[in-house]
Parts: sequence; structure tokens; C-alpha cells
Amino acid sequence: MIHTRGLTRVFTVRRKEKVDAVRGVDLDIEAGRLVAFLGPNGAGKSTTLRMLTTLLPPTSGSAVVAGHDVVKDPARVRSHIGYVGQRNSAGEEHRVRDELVSQGRCYGLRPREATRRADELLDLLDLTPLAKRLPGTLSGGQRRRLDIALGLVHRPRLLFMDEPSTGLDPKSRAEIWQHILRLRETYGTTLLLTTHYLEEADSMAERVVIIDGGRIIADGTAEQLKNDLAGDHVVVTTATAQDAEKAVRVAGGTARDTTVRLRVDRAAAALPGHLRTLDAAGVKVTAAETVRPTLDDVFLTLTGRSLTDDDLPA
Amino acid sequence: MTTFLRDTTTVFSRELRPALRNPVGLLFDMGQPLLFLFLFGTLLDGAVGSSWQWFVPGILVMMCLTGPMGAGYGLLVELLGGAFERLLVTPLNRTAMLVGKCMKATLTLLAQAVLIILLALPLGFEPHAVGVPAALAQLMVFAVGLGALSFVLAVKSAPSGTLFYVVSQSVLFPLLLLSGVLLPLESAPGWLRVLGQLNPVTYVVAAQRALYAGDLADPSVLYGGIAVCVVAAVGLHLGNRAMRKGV
Ligand SMILES: Nc1ncnc2c1ncn2[C@@H]1O[C@H](COP(=O)(O)OP(=O)(O)OP(=O)(O)O)[C@@H](O)[C@H]1O
Ligand SMILES: [Mg+2]
Repeated sequence: MIHTRGLTRVFTVRRKEKVDAVRGVDLDIEAGRLVAFLGPNGAGKSTTLRMLTTLLPPTSGSAVVAGHDVVKDPARVRSHIGYVGQRNSAGEEHRVRDELVSQGRCYGLRPREATRRADELLDLLDLTPLAKRLPGTLSGGQRRRLDIALGLVHRPRLLFMDEPSTGLDPKSRAEIWQHILRLRETYGTTLLLTTHYLEEADSMAERVVIIDGGRIIADGTAEQLKNDLAGDHVVVTTATAQDAEKAVRVAGGTARDTTVRLRVDRAAAALPGHLRTLDAAGVKVTAAETVRPTLDDVFLTLTGRSLTDDDLPA
Repeated sequence: MTTFLRDTTTVFSRELRPALRNPVGLLFDMGQPLLFLFLFGTLLDGAVGSSWQWFVPGILVMMCLTGPMGAGYGLLVELLGGAFERLLVTPLNRTAMLVGKCMKATLTLLAQAVLIILLALPLGFEPHAVGVPAALAQLMVFAVGLGALSFVLAVKSAPSGTLFYVVSQSVLFPLLLLSGVLLPLESAPGWLRVLGQLNPVTYVVAAQRALYAGDLADPSVLYGGIAVCVVAAVGLHLGNRAMRKGV
């Protein structure tokens, strides 16, 4: 569904100042997948999406989306894809339902069809009571649902969503996700979305593409990434720092004060044996726990930075 | 071609609907010609009919410069939100998008022009029957061109919009003054006349006056026609390019 090779975008900010927003992205996404782009602010997520949706010509490299080249045949790409941008899609002067009808007309639906489709979507996304409102009077979650409705008007096989859930409270986020998952179940839509919420990428996406500084630095299922790049840990607390050093000598791992971390394959299975080993060596253990990795640990391993540190808008 | 017309209609009706839902703005637009006629009428009080012959085409061109030139303002707002980006991802024909967006200002101008002409008739304005539709058609083409240029300016000046206000304000008055809309340039010093001749609006004003007077074969009509077509072609070309380069 999406194939890119060396996709690159350089912005010229001032005459001499260049920003390498995206540097050589190679990506292949098959039909029917739910893929999440995960990365900190300024990683190049939006810029990549904007190139894939024909909004921005690549500086170099190529991208074939829904079977058509984004540079050579943007019109064909457009008629096959839907896009929910990072900012709100509805015009401030336009009523909710009017915008949905206009959007249908933009995709070539006849007036009657466009009206019917608008009502269908209002219903699908629980927007019917808000049909006559102006976007400015909607709550953040309601506006985001409208954005998604606008992206769905022509039943695209491939939908791009740029941070569909950012800035919403947990309840609205859960609602948005409910809609996204239902959409996929009903229509088998291929979804490429960006997020900087770790848990979201972890629990919802089948495949997580971690992007930082304009490059893809990791790509796989959340499980793979966590196992390969971070792994389970057994963490024990010893009575004294000397005990901690001794624990490292007999069983490995790293010590900090009285805490010893040991990377293992499956923490729950490894814990009893580990404790017996330490006991036999005379190490006094006061507490023990198993730690499952998060995608943040993956990011930390790869970049030495934590994703959650710069979660605030830059 | 049918897609082009359909897409133009789609964009135009999207622009028009809010105005129809809240027609105060449209009423205000229609009030503007009345104000012009009242002010000019008072100034021209007692003047002969030929003054109207000279002023009415001038007023129309002036309104063409102020209305469609401001059309980009609406785009500036949509650029800051995501609405324009959303429209750009749809398969809408790009030129149709530009023309459709300019259509509201252009048709408002048409209605204003017709109103002015009708109101000026009893005051002594004597437009030529064939000249009027020709003059209005020329004015429409000019309006689409100016509207498209205004959109390009809006795209270039996003996100702050400062450039838009600075340029549209500082360009408007020189263009008007150097075109002979309000004051004839014949008595101006030579260098000013040269500047006037470099100003495309000059040719449009001259052509409009000739058309309303019925001098259909006057060379100024041809020059004015060329001027509006060039402005429209340049406007639409730059508009297309701006959208292709990304906003
Ligand atoms: N129009 C532009 N002109 C200049 N630089 C830009 C432009 N758009 C993006 N950039 C720069 O490109 C880089 C990548 O930006 P991008 O918007 O793709 O990041 P992102 O991953 O979407 O971040 P966020 O999570 O904040 O949305 C940033 O350094 C940004 O400053
Ligand atoms: Mg972004």
C-alpha cells in the first residue's frame, strides 16, 4: 500500500539555514495494516505524512502510495487516500454538516449522495446532535471526531491520521480509538497514524515505526521491539551495597547502590532461579520484582533519551 | 472540463454557504455601491452627464481592486487551521479550487457593478448596450486574476499574515492612483505618466471607459483585454505553483 525509498525533505528556513526534517525514509506497508509512527516533537512524523499525502513534494527519494507515485501522479493518489491532519480540518465559518457535504462533493459525490453520506457519518461518529453547530463551538474531542468523519467521506482504503488523539482527555481518547478500531474492522482500512503516546502505539498498533531526527530508528511489532531492544529485567534490592556488588559478581547485571538490574529473557520465569543463586552465594535480598519493558525503554536504548521527557510541545 | 466546472461549483458553493446563512455581510457589500454613488454624486452635483461616464467605470475598477484583492484574507484563516490542507488532499482540480475561491468575490463584484450601473442611469450615466456586458466580462476576468494573486500572497505570508496586509495595503493605492481611476494622468509630470503606463490597471480603466462609451473598436479595448487575461493567467499559474510546492 505504501512503498518509499530514500524519502527526504529539506526545508529552507532562511537563506542559509536548512532543516533536514526527513532523511532517507524506506518504508513498506502492506494493505490492511495498522501502523503507528512514534517519535518525539520535531521527529519528522508530520512531514513524512505530508509527503505521502501529496501535500509536500519530497526533496529527493520516491514514494508510491495506493499504487501511484506521489510526485508523478498526485491526483490518483488523492482519490484513494484519506487524511486527518494534525490541525483541525473544518473551516471555522462552516456548519458541521455543511462541511461533510462539501467534502463529499470534493470527492465527486452527487449532491444527494453527499448529503446521505454526511448523515451516515454524523451518525457513525455520534455527531448528529451537533450537525448545525460551527466547529468553534465544539469540544476538542468532538472536533477531532469531525476531523475523522471528514477523512472518511469517500471510504478510503488507506487513511492517514496525524496525532488523532493528542490533547484529548483519556475518555475522549478511548472514544476516538473505539471509532478507529471499528473502522478497521468494518472496512479493513489500512491505517497509518502518528502519535507520541507510548501506550497507544504499544497497545493499538500492529507495527510500530520509531522515528527520530528524520530517520527510522526501529521498526517492528511492539513485542519484538521491546524484546529485542529493551528486554525483561529482574530487579532485586539487597541489604547493603557490598551485597549488591557480590550479586553482580555471581549472577551478572548492573548495580546502583543496593539495586541490581539483570536483563533476562522472561523475567517471571527467571526470578526464582535468580533468587536461589543469590541466596546460595550469601547475598541478602530484601525485595525483588520483574520489570517488563516499555517502548520508552526501547527509545531510551536507541537514543539515550527518554520519549516522555520531551512530551511537551516544543 | 465537466470535472473542472463541477469542482469550481463545489468550492464556490462551499464559500457561499456561510454568507447565505448569515447574509449581513452580503447586504453590507451591496450597500457599498450606494455609499460610493452618494459621495461621488454629491461631489459631482451639477456636473454634466459625461462626468458619470468617466467616473462610473473608474468606481467599478476600484471596487475590483479592493474586493477580490482582499479575497485571500479568508484563505489566510483557513491556512492557519487545517481546512485548506484538507481540501488540498482531495482530488479537486487545483485551478478550479482557485477559480471557485475567487468566485464569491467576483460575483459579489458583478452584483455591485450592476447595482451601480442601474443607480447611475437616472443620474445621467449613458452606458452602451453592447459595451456593458463586454465591460462586465472583462472586469470578471480581472477579478479572478486579482483574487488568485491575493491567494498566492496569502500562502506566501502564512502563518503570520503580516506580509499579506503590508503588501495588499501598500500596493493598492499606488496601483489606483497611477491608473487614472480617480484623477486623469494626462496632466501629470512625465515620470508619473511612464509609471502609469507600466501599470496594467491603467489599460483596464481605459478599456472600461471605452466599452461603456460604446467605442468597441478602440485599441484601448484590446489592450485592456490583454491586460486582464495576462493578470488572470499569471495569477492562476502562480496559484497552482504555490499549491504544488506545498503550503
Ligand atoms: N514548513 C516548515 N518550514 C520549516 N521547517 C519545518 C516546516 N515544517 C516542519 N519543519 C521542521 O521539520 C522538522 C520536523 O517537523 P514535523 O512537523 O514533521 O515533526 P513532527 O514529528 O510531526 O513533530 P510533532 O510531534 O511536534 O508534530 C522540525 O524540526 C520542524 O521544525
Ligand atoms: Mg506533527
